[in-house]
Amino acid sequence: MKDRFANRRIIIAILIIVATLALLIKLFIIQVVKDTYRLSADNNVLRYVTQYPARGLIYDRNGKHIVLNQAAYDLMVVPGQTGEIDTAQFCLDLGITKDVFRDRFMAARSYSRRVPSVFLKQISAETYARFQEKMFLYPGFYVQPRTLRKYSRPVAAHVLGYVSEVDEAQIRNDSYYKQGDYIGKLGIEQAYEKQLRGTRGVNIYMVDVYGRIKGSYADGNMDTLAVQGTDITSSLDLDLQEYGENLMKNKTGSIVAIEPGTGEILALVSSPTFDPELLVGRVRSENYEKLSADTANKPLFNRAFMASYPPGSTFKPINGLIALQENVITPSTQFGCDNGYLFVSCHSHSSPLDLKGAIMNSCNSYFCQTYRRILENNKYSSVSEAFDKWRSYLDEFGFGRTTGSEFVNELAGFVPGSSYFDRYHGKNGWRALTVISMAIGQGEIGTTPLQMANMTAAIANRGFWYVPHIVRSIGDGGEIDTLYTTRHRINIDPVYFEAVIGGMEAAVNGGAGATARIAALDSIIVCGKTGTAQNPHGEDHSVFIAFAPKDDPKIAIAVYVENAGFGATYAAPVASLMIEKYLRGKISANNLWKEQRMLNLNLIDSIPDNETEH
Amino acid sequence: MKRSINIWNRIDKVTVLLFLLMLVMGWFNIYAAVYNEEHKEIFDLSQRYGKQFLWIIATLILSVFILIIDSRFYLFFSWVVYGIIILLLMLVLVFGTEVNGAKSWFEFGPVSLQPSEFAKFATALALAGYLSRKNIDLTRLKDFLPAFGIILLPAFLTALQPDMGSTIVFFAFFLVLFREGMSPFIFVSGLLAILLFFLTLLIDNLYLQLVMILAAFVLAYFTTRRWKLCLTGFSIIALTGGLIFMLDRFLLKSMGNDLVILITIILSGLVFAYYIYLKKAMEILIIYFFLLGGIIYINSVDYTFNNILKPHQKERVEIMLGFKSDPHGTGYNLNQSLISIGSGGFSGKGYLQGTQTKFKFVPSQSTDFIFCTVGEEWGFLGASVVIGIYLFFLLRLLRLAERQRAVFSRIYGYGVISIFFIHFFINIGMTIGLVPVIGIPLPFFSYGGSSLWGFTILLFIFLRLDVSRTEYLV
Repeated sequence: MKDRFANRRIIIAILIIVATLALLIKLFIIQVVKDTYRLSADNNVLRYVTQYPARGLIYDRNGKHIVLNQAAYDLMVVPGQTGEIDTAQFCLDLGITKDVFRDRFMAARSYSRRVPSVFLKQISAETYARFQEKMFLYPGFYVQPRTLRKYSRPVAAHVLGYVSEVDEAQIRNDSYYKQGDYIGKLGIEQAYEKQLRGTRGVNIYMVDVYGRIKGSYADGNMDTLAVQGTDITSSLDLDLQEYGENLMKNKTGSIVAIEPGTGEILALVSSPTFDPELLVGRVRSENYEKLSADTANKPLFNRAFMASYPPGSTFKPINGLIALQENVITPSTQFGCDNGYLFVSCHSHSSPLDLKGAIMNSCNSYFCQTYRRILENNKYSSVSEAFDKWRSYLDEFGFGRTTGSEFVNELAGFVPGSSYFDRYHGKNGWRALTVISMAIGQGEIGTTPLQMANMTAAIANRGFWYVPHIVRSIGDGGEIDTLYTTRHRINIDPVYFEAVIGGMEAAVNGGAGATARIAALDSIIVCGKTGTAQNPHGEDHSVFIAFAPKDDPKIAIAVYVENAGFGATYAAPVASLMIEKYLRGKISANNLWKEQRMLNLNLIDSIPDNETEH
Repeated sequence: MKRSINIWNRIDKVTVLLFLLMLVMGWFNIYAAVYNEEHKEIFDLSQRYGKQFLWIIATLILSVFILIIDSRFYLFFSWVVYGIIILLLMLVLVFGTEVNGAKSWFEFGPVSLQPSEFAKFATALALAGYLSRKNIDLTRLKDFLPAFGIILLPAFLTALQPDMGSTIVFFAFFLVLFREGMSPFIFVSGLLAILLFFLTLLIDNLYLQLVMILAAFVLAYFTTRRWKLCLTGFSIIALTGGLIFMLDRFLLKSMGNDLVILITIILSGLVFAYYIYLKKAMEILIIYFFLLGGIIYINSVDYTFNNILKPHQKERVEIMLGFKSDPHGTGYNLNQSLISIGSGGFSGKGYLQGTQTKFKFVPSQSTDFIFCTVGEEWGFLGASVVIGIYLFFLLRLLRLAERQRAVFSRIYGYGVISIFFIHFFINIGMTIGLVPVIGIPLPFFSYGGSSLWGFTILLFIFLRLDVSRTEYLV
């Protein structure tokens, strides 16, 4: 075989040698000639001090501060650099015992000798100031500034959420997070975590073997600034929220108030609640345990959307609307009521009633018969089919599924489909009378107060709603997701809405027989509907939905007061007070007695009393 | 029996010694790089140094197996091996585990295999198999293309994972092609293109293009010595260029320097071409086409750099060229590497005393950046010794390759040399900032089973072929 190219081996050999020389020369330059690298490393070590960004603030819809930041200081330690220190003096300076010191130090050392870890979390500003002067005595220790949350008022804990340290699973999910970072949990803090958290920065210092800072590394060229979190303007009206929480003190239940035209949540109250300040900083874990352990009150449980109730009579307007749309009744259709209909009882009132009257008086018979007509409609081949059609209307109102708000633990509630009853009774084994309780919002249906408020907003708007949301804008007029600005239309003619609204107006303002007279306000037309949600475990829940003013509504509200009996008694006054507070800013003189009564009412303590009273 | 004694006698002991030396040094280095005081025992299996020890044992056993197999086996089954590896490269795209955005590994419980490491020797075998055929002339396109394809196929599949570092490695095989008769032209053009790429990024396009034009004319003169012709050509270009520039300056105002030059060259080229044809100066024509190509290339570099390279790749080049210093993000590796190596000084800080690597400032310090530990702990002296060993190793392999009677063995030998050379140069070069950060291992030093096995197989097949160096094999 000829090998004409044997000479090329020389070229290749030369190439290899030249390349090697290039490496050696560069190596020589950086190791022997240039001093820079040696200075950076010679007995010097770099310390990365994280610059934690201030978390974005949260404002209410009128620009009032709700959530602010306060400075906190973590004491960090690099165990390998501490050397011999006067532990007694150290403990004195910090105000801890020697045992605590020993435990903490051992923990830090077993974590790592070289990587800094938190020795003492969130020392007070005074301790920090005092300690700072003496820090040179304690090499290996340094202070890491952090920010913690501070609340302008002790309200809205459920809406805001809280801030805690990030856990392993979260670090794995999002590579931004490192151990020791804070992350929002629940509420706005979680929903808008990405915007609120800002971006971490770092200062790199050169530190000698004794842990003393000898200057900024590379003249600070490699330091990065922390970027503050973006502020959030929530849709909450702080004054209204606070007012609602005061009204609901010592009662169990919830209030959800929405601005119908935009879907913005004006107030969201769940009672019993807790002071958000409890879950800040060092005391958070301990307080969280205590709050969790309070099974009597369950303060952490958000009744506004984590609790599902049968809606009761507040469901009647919906059934009225569906019946009108399905043409099984007209506004003037009348039904009689014989203190009830078949096995469903009703209170005494004039009879017969038309739609407006039935809503005003909350007549069960009327709606049972109306519901029968909806399900036995000849237009459909079977009750099942009619039932599913009825169900589809409910779906359009946002029932049986989560509304889509920013809250992560929203319940979907429950609206059974025909297949549900098919399973129980067998296909064609049930008829309208089997499920008649749903005519008056009882039975298998479960809805959350948030869904009910949303439904009220839809009625107020005469046929459309926006996904209820808690944030108005992000940063400087930044837009929120289009999810919240998309209109959801309901397939019911606005004319029918007017008819039902007429009934709701009468329920408040219609005079004798109107179940919600107590909710009426001077010169503001409030439309509402009372409800009593049956509670198999105790006293019925008092429910009320309302919106005002009738024309050009500004607020739609749902109020639930648990174990409180009739809807008119407690829920209605709360709702009207909230409405008046929002629309007028203050309570008019002739309604002050309502306010006093609600503020002083204590239903929680009365429960144990009931039990002992035999 | 006679056979095995033969192998022991005839195997090149120098190479084996160098191999063992690198293996052991590498192992001690890994120990230093990821030294964990809570696991001081070098055989501790929970640490990388313990694991590397297992891999080394497995490797030594593997190497014995390779030596036992007959040389002819490698020749005849080169295609089969290549085929299997290609299949594996395709399968890993589907069944591989995704790590850091790339599917490069098969995971079988605690063991992971990286097919691209094995593709290196497989391609060397296939290439040797093809090129050792009778009457292959690499200057002929039809002979060249299959060779190119053999290299390109695994490179392409690797690029799909995506694993850019391993893809680049395949281009080392052009060294083999060069040795076997490929026109140096391609090689030189390739190198020039790379050089031009970096120059374009470093120097303003306008000056670069003007210098190119000037250089073209100087070259034309020296090639043909027809100064009148060159001068005419130059004036044509200057005139055309001037006109178009004026046109843009006063009328169009939107062309920009690059476009001006491009159009000038093209237009004047047309005029020029006819003139050349008349005067029969073909060399000038060739130079002209190269000039045109060069100008177009310069313009496309910017586009490619900005639009085709991924952001992190772009950044690595920028950092290497010194445009950016992003010591926190992309530049972090390089910066930390330079600090640790640079701080080693002349004689290093001493074994296990490397503060930078000890404090875990250098990422990937047991794999891609393993050389940092050498540089920091052993200083310039130690680093030079390691580089010296590699040099010695490569030159020794060169000598072995040339003494093969069988063409297949020689070509395969060059394949081995090319692979080791490119890994050695890029890996060490990257740690000292001579080359952009490209993630490939340092043979025998970097931690990792697949790469250790891949390189050992690569080497030992050659050592086995060398034992049969006096046979023609076919």
